[in-house]
Amino acid sequence: MKPMLTPVLAPYVLISPFLLLFLVFGLFPIVFSFVLMFHVWDPVQGLGSMKYVGLENLMFAIEDPLVWTSLGNTLWMALASGMPQHLVAIPLAYLINEKMGRWRNAAMGAYFLPYITSTVAIAIMFSTLFSTDYGMVNATLAELAQWPWLSAVMPEKNIDWLGSPEAIKPVVSAVVFWRYLGFNVILYVAAMQSIPRDLYEAARMDGAKNWQQFFYITLPQLKPMMFFGVTLTVIGGLQLFEEPFILTGGKGGPEYAGMTTAMYMYRTAFDFNDFGLASAISWMLFVIILVMTLFTNKAFKNKEGQT
Amino acid sequence: MKNVAIFWLCVLSMGMALAQKQSITVAAFPAVDDIVKAALQEWQKKNPNVEVKVVSREYADHHTAMTTALATSTGLPDVMTIEYGYLGRFAQSGGLEDLAKVPYQMGQHAAKMVPYAVAQGSSATHGQVAVPTDIGPGAMFYRQDLLTKAKVKEADLTQSWESFIQSGQKIKKESGAYLVAHARDVKDIVIRTGIPAGHGVYFDDKGKSVIDTSPRFKRGFEIAQEIRAQGLDAKINAWSNEWGESLKRGTVSVQMMGAWLGGHLQNWLAPNTSGLWRSTVLPERVATSWGGTFYAIPKNAVNKALAWDLIQHLSLNSKQQQMAFEKFNAFPALIDAQNGEFFNQPVAFLGGQKARLEWKNTAAQIKPTMVFKHDSVAEEIVNAELDLVLTKNKPIDQALKDAHRLVQRRASR
Repeated sequence: MKPMLTPVLAPYVLISPFLLLFLVFGLFPIVFSFVLMFHVWDPVQGLGSMKYVGLENLMFAIEDPLVWTSLGNTLWMALASGMPQHLVAIPLAYLINEKMGRWRNAAMGAYFLPYITSTVAIAIMFSTLFSTDYGMVNATLAELAQWPWLSAVMPEKNIDWLGSPEAIKPVVSAVVFWRYLGFNVILYVAAMQSIPRDLYEAARMDGAKNWQQFFYITLPQLKPMMFFGVTLTVIGGLQLFEEPFILTGGKGGPEYAGMTTAMYMYRTAFDFNDFGLASAISWMLFVIILVMTLFTNKAFKNKEGQT
Repeated sequence: MKNVAIFWLCVLSMGMALAQKQSITVAAFPAVDDIVKAALQEWQKKNPNVEVKVVSREYADHHTAMTTALATSTGLPDVMTIEYGYLGRFAQSGGLEDLAKVPYQMGQHAAKMVPYAVAQGSSATHGQVAVPTDIGPGAMFYRQDLLTKAKVKEADLTQSWESFIQSGQKIKKESGAYLVAHARDVKDIVIRTGIPAGHGVYFDDKGKSVIDTSPRFKRGFEIAQEIRAQGLDAKINAWSNEWGESLKRGTVSVQMMGAWLGGHLQNWLAPNTSGLWRSTVLPERVATSWGGTFYAIPKNAVNKALAWDLIQHLSLNSKQQQMAFEKFNAFPALIDAQNGEFFNQPVAFLGGQKARLEWKNTAAQIKPTMVFKHDSVAEEIVNAELDLVLTKNKPIDQALKDAHRLVQRRASR
């Protein structure tokens, strides 16, 4: 019996469902947003209202003080939430891998739980914890302030965590750190498990202590995974949206202190109906992410040029 | 015999074809979706062969979906629900039917509705694009128990902004409660006071920003700054968890909002405070509105005639409008529906006040204000500048100049 598909045609037919979905939901939005960058378009007036304006959107975005404010906020929060993720995750993963024994999987599961929890639930929980007058954080600080030797360093009044421009960025960064720490722990534990045990045995026979094993065997062997983890953190940090969006009620907080570039882009499109400008901002953000990723790549390159 | 059977078969199939149900779609957000569903039973008595599909989405999701539908002209409902905050940009879209024209002729019904709401639904370029169905006459809700404790009278709150602030100081001193949730709330009322005919809140009749020239803004900023300086605002945003908790616990003594807030307080925000709240007019007897819901028909809708019939049932039927008010706190835009026993009844939650009559009175005094496409951007920019005034002591004149420049920059696009 003759096959329905020729061997030449079969791979294309089999890959077509993915290809079709990719074209519609992947490639088309990218191309459309690139085209939009050069147009002014108010979506409620329909596709016919698109008007070519050349680089006007890009120039407007470059001169828009809010774009720079949001970029500054994004970099601040990406750094404040991203760096500790790795600085804490690596020793924590080492501890879990080497010392937790049969509790290892349970510990990893506990740390991973925030990553798979709904962002909305997380944001609601943290907004309750950080509530100025009724939150547990301020209640704890107030309690600690009663202790004689701590009263000097504790704040006199309740801190307006989500309502003051000074506090909002640290709060958002703390939530992001808490949420993604577990993901990085899993990455590093997986990488540690693939390190040959012979290396540790040989080191022990040579008299290496635990900290020496960590610094001279574990850390160098983790480098490829560190590159992967840090790259994901850089990209994710620069695209930060959900946590600040929900914690600041979608507006960016006082003085826009909690507004990230992704948030401003969303608001420009859906709150202010300026899709052309939003596209220009999105491409600016893309270039920044690209540059930062290239820097990350360069930072992790070894002398032979491999990451 | 065979011919008779064929005849009856034909008659039966014709009847079945005629009886085939038509279908229309209404896109709505809570609680308008419930109002529509509740109204359908009555409407479908007249239209038994019409199936109505109510597509319900959350408030923001609904308007995003409608934006997308208008952009692509696909997935458009027959009846589109629009909240006041989105009306400016939707009205200017050109994608909605002008309901003043034939066959709708909304003009013949316009006098039956609250004039300011009818004006809000019209666009200078695209005509009457939306029909108001519910409105939000502004009211000041206050905690009677806290006022009594501070020996403050209702008139002290309403007489002037100065006496309002003085009352707040007394309340804070005697009960520890804040006067308002956020100083911004006060600014929002002052900038809506005395808007000239044909102007919007932020723009004049030519679409130029008036933020740096209108005394409304300077006064609004000054009063908000005074309230913050006196420590009279709790610095919390409406609809946040903290706000709800403050209303429950009585740590905020006054909340100015649409009359519909009374229903929200009673039903879910602070049901434990029954009898403690009262409602009165806004300070200096300002008559302004908060929100409001409108119905529109997209130009590319499929069943426009049925959609218009349903809209008339929802907005121009007195019984239906009263039902929406009684069950869902949707204050009627139809003047005729603002009469009746329900309006005269005392509101137990408000200590037996006949508050609905006062809200009706306020609604009648509200002047039409134009809506503009860039209203939401302007509001955003003005609020950001106010934040700088309140937290960083930025000079008010400079803040207003900066706000004007940024708004003009946006509006010129």
